[in-house]
Amino acid sequence: MPAHAIHSPSSEADRAWFAERVDELLPQLYGRAVRLCPEPANAEDLVAEAVAKAWEALSSLDDREAFRGWIFRILNNTFISSCRTARAQVEHEPLNPADDDFSLFHRLHQPILLWWDSPEQAFLNRLLRADLERAIDGLPEAFRDVVVLVDVQGLAYREVAELLDIPIGTVRSRLARGRSLLQAALWEHGAEAGLTGGPPAAEQQQERES
Amino acid sequence: MNAIQSCEDALRLLATHLDRELDARASQQVERHLEICRSCYSRAEFENRLKERVAELGYEPVRPELAHRVQTLIRSFTVASGS
Repeated sequence: MPAHAIHSPSSEADRAWFAERVDELLPQLYGRAVRLCPEPANAEDLVAEAVAKAWEALSSLDDREAFRGWIFRILNNTFISSCRTARAQVEHEPLNPADDDFSLFHRLHQPILLWWDSPEQAFLNRLLRADLERAIDGLPEAFRDVVVLVDVQGLAYREVAELLDIPIGTVRSRLARGRSLLQAALWEHGAEAGLTGGPPAAEQQQERES
Repeated sequence: MNAIQSCEDALRLLATHLDRELDARASQQVERHLEICRSCYSRAEFENRLKERVAELGYEPVRPELAHRVQTLIRSFTVASGS
């Protein structure tokens, strides 16, 4: 560790610096937290716990330029130790291989819908943030964790495998299934909201909505 | 050897390619296929835009109560005296 990194215990100047950095990153810390723990009160607790842990560990941060990635890692580790439920750690084998294969593009890009120039692009244009939140937050936890870590946070498969303590092959399979479930949920929501150009699937899908 | 002989091959590798988790050689082969196949190119565009939309969910405005809670928390941390 370089000598300049040793500044423990933290000083008043450290606190001011820390407060400013946390304040800047708060919407990202909370955004990440609330996707991992969709209950807002739990997500807020997760952010607060991660901030407290980050302060305690500040003296171990060698390079302050790396603060952003560092505190996001602390948030994820705190999520694993404090928020993640036992249910999320259960291995879910696909009950039906077709579950891994739902393609929103394929559903939208059909001759019956091609009266529209590009139905799949039009679908994305009309898709609300709320539609996406609802679809992601509703995923089974084991799949949601992996989709959020890869697609929301941009982690590499290897990083997700280490964090969740699962083999990289499991990351791949959960990601494939999670995305498939996500797209199926978007299709359902989209059909309800009339975004899919009115295919006949809407009525059937509504029955699956609980 | 080209691992991509068909659209099916390309689509099988597409998600991993878009995640930048494919080795350089296979990635190049997917790219080459996307240059000549309109259908797979449209699919890649769609998946990429959807990924971007999902990535936006990592930023969420916070309630003033949370901002206040965090500020109060940080004020409560002890610091070295005289520094």
